[in-house]
Amino acid sequence: MWERIGAMVFKELRQMARDPGMIVMMLMFPIIQLLIFGFAINSDPRHLPMAVESNDNSAFSRAILSSLCNTGYFDLIELADQPVEGDRLIAEGRAQFVLTVPSDFSRALVRGEHPQLLLTVDATDPASTGPAVAAVNEAVSQALARELHGPLAARQPGPPPVSLVLHRSYNPEGVTSHNTVPGLLAIILSMTMVALTAMSVTREVEQGTMENLLATPLRPIEVMVGKIVPYFGMGLVQVLVVLAAARIVFQVPFEGSFVLLLAVTLLFTLVSLALGFTLSTLVESQVMSMQASMLYLLPSILLSGFAFPYRGMPLLVQWLAEILPPTHYIRLVRGIMLKGWDARLAAPEAGVLLVMLLVLGTVAVRRYRDTIA
Amino acid sequence: MSEAPAIAVRGLTKRFGPRTVVDHVDLTVQPGRICGFLGPNGSGKTTTLRMICGLLIPDAGEGEVLGLDLKTQRRAIKQQIGYMTQKFGLFGDLTIAENLEFIARVYGLDRKRARVDAALEQLGLASRADQLAGKLSGGWKQRLALAAAVLHEPKILLLDEPTAGVDPQARREFWDQIHGLARDGMTVLVSTHYMDEAERCHEIAYIAYGVMLARGTTAEVIAASGLHALQGEGGGADRLAAEIEARPGVAMAAPFGTTLHVCGPDPAALREAVKPWAGQVRFTESAPTLEDVFIHLMRDAPDHSVLERA
Ligand SMILES: Nc1ncnc2c1ncn2[C@@H]1O[C@H](COP(=O)(O)OP(=O)(O)O)[C@@H](O)[C@H]1O
Ligand SMILES: [Mg+2]
Repeated sequence: MWERIGAMVFKELRQMARDPGMIVMMLMFPIIQLLIFGFAINSDPRHLPMAVESNDNSAFSRAILSSLCNTGYFDLIELADQPVEGDRLIAEGRAQFVLTVPSDFSRALVRGEHPQLLLTVDATDPASTGPAVAAVNEAVSQALARELHGPLAARQPGPPPVSLVLHRSYNPEGVTSHNTVPGLLAIILSMTMVALTAMSVTREVEQGTMENLLATPLRPIEVMVGKIVPYFGMGLVQVLVVLAAARIVFQVPFEGSFVLLLAVTLLFTLVSLALGFTLSTLVESQVMSMQASMLYLLPSILLSGFAFPYRGMPLLVQWLAEILPPTHYIRLVRGIMLKGWDARLAAPEAGVLLVMLLVLGTVAVRRYRDTIA
Repeated sequence: MSEAPAIAVRGLTKRFGPRTVVDHVDLTVQPGRICGFLGPNGSGKTTTLRMICGLLIPDAGEGEVLGLDLKTQRRAIKQQIGYMTQKFGLFGDLTIAENLEFIARVYGLDRKRARVDAALEQLGLASRADQLAGKLSGGWKQRLALAAAVLHEPKILLLDEPTAGVDPQARREFWDQIHGLARDGMTVLVSTHYMDEAERCHEIAYIAYGVMLARGTTAEVIAASGLHALQGEGGGADRLAAEIEARPGVAMAAPFGTTLHVCGPDPAALREAVKPWAGQVRFTESAPTLEDVFIHLMRDAPDHSVLERA
């Protein structure tokens, strides 16, 4: 039995070696994903272009402006004391914000008339403006607190009845990559394990080599294991690449146990392999297996909580996400890496993966028979 | 024939959905014999071979291969059977030697290196050992596939249209090898479309639309068909095929070069049928060919009302 598995593994490795493009692709893949998701994607964008129409050139308006710029969210692209063409700037996309300071702003402020500032926002993409808008109020009050002194101190807004203390746990600076890079493990492993194993099995069927394999004493389980081992090794390399990048390039904190992370990664890998094999028994061609893999990968990227917040999805979609293995694996990786989960905390999600493994493994072994057709 | 048959199946049946693709097929092959398996495309040859080597489970019927039960001992059967698939089934992205090494490992053979080398030598593949299998021409692929199928020295060799698309020279060499293997005691079941190959077999089995229509040696099959034939020469005989075939008592008329081959079940009726042309064409008795028999059988197949049952 071991000799036959060994023969399969050796054959797969040789075939992989004949196809260096494939190996390069499998190694480049995590790196490209890291570049895209690690560097390019930022859910807390800063330096957004802002135009200001200031009809009141006073110490107050200047203080507010500099305070806004100090938040880091705004870059002043135009400052005018006459009507800027705010609507056009926003329509053309040159400005994302237009701030209008009314002409009698400082007088009204001194008189205690509660003057208004108008902030027009290009809200096409709520996610990109949200954090900036949230920072505006705080910036304005801070500026005024500094400027309203002496006799004007009376104009200072009273202290709020409740002061809120915000404590950002686990990712105090809110760095997006600390969240996405661990999630990338799930996406990359899904691609390698599900798509490539499914392809690799359907290729044998399509090329007619499966008939030959099954006519030999090779058992289906031996063919499976023989195919799994090389991809498994490849997946491990990918995991290490991502983890190293997480540590060295993105300085993602690693609070929990490395061994625990490897253990749940192993579990997730097996679930994905079982899924890939099950998939391969359902499709007839490599093209179909590619399409089926995509059908699995897309929701995995979009719904698993990797790209968009899980809690932002409607309940029905959340249920759908629950049956996707990456959803649980992503929670585990984030939990272990960022929150320092121990085995006890990881157990519920890991349990779900284990159940998935048992179900999918049974289906895969059942469906993968030693006969053709 | 005191020896137990190498292959003995009875009532072998396979259905795909509503279609019965192989319908109660009986087949017996004695050890060391070469049995040719003939029949039109889609008649169930491949399916039958797959059932015999354990790649498909019959829906009905029973049988023994090398005394092992077809249903319960498929794994043991696989160990002792060599199967050359209709479509080239080795790995195009491995070299010839690597393919053979893989097979040697899978069967857990001893002295792998020596066996692979011997196989390469024997098949004249030694100089090409490092060539990718996928880059070989049809004839070389076929040699490699045969080498792989017999590497573990199986007692039974199943060949599925092994010479399709191979040139006559390579075909001749291939058959010489098959006879060599049979001399050493291997039992061979080979499906083919070629009549000349059928005649090189010890016995033949003819299947059409899933039903076994004839079995035996070439002579037996021809005799059992009850066909008689005439050969017409001269006077533009070859151009009369259509006219003569339309006559009662004539099963088939086909031109061969400048001569005409006519056959039918009743010799007297046959003579009668060609009488109008007796003046210009000289008709002489001749032996019906296997081809006559098979075409005749195939045309008659629906009359056996097997298709209706399917
Ligand atoms: N796996 C399968 N599923 C459905 N039909 C099949 C399958 N394999 C073969 N057939 C059908 O069975 C019939 C016999 O096929 P086959 O045994 O390959 O014939 P042959 O080898 O004599 O050309 C064909 O009509 C083919 O379409
Ligand atoms: Mg066939």
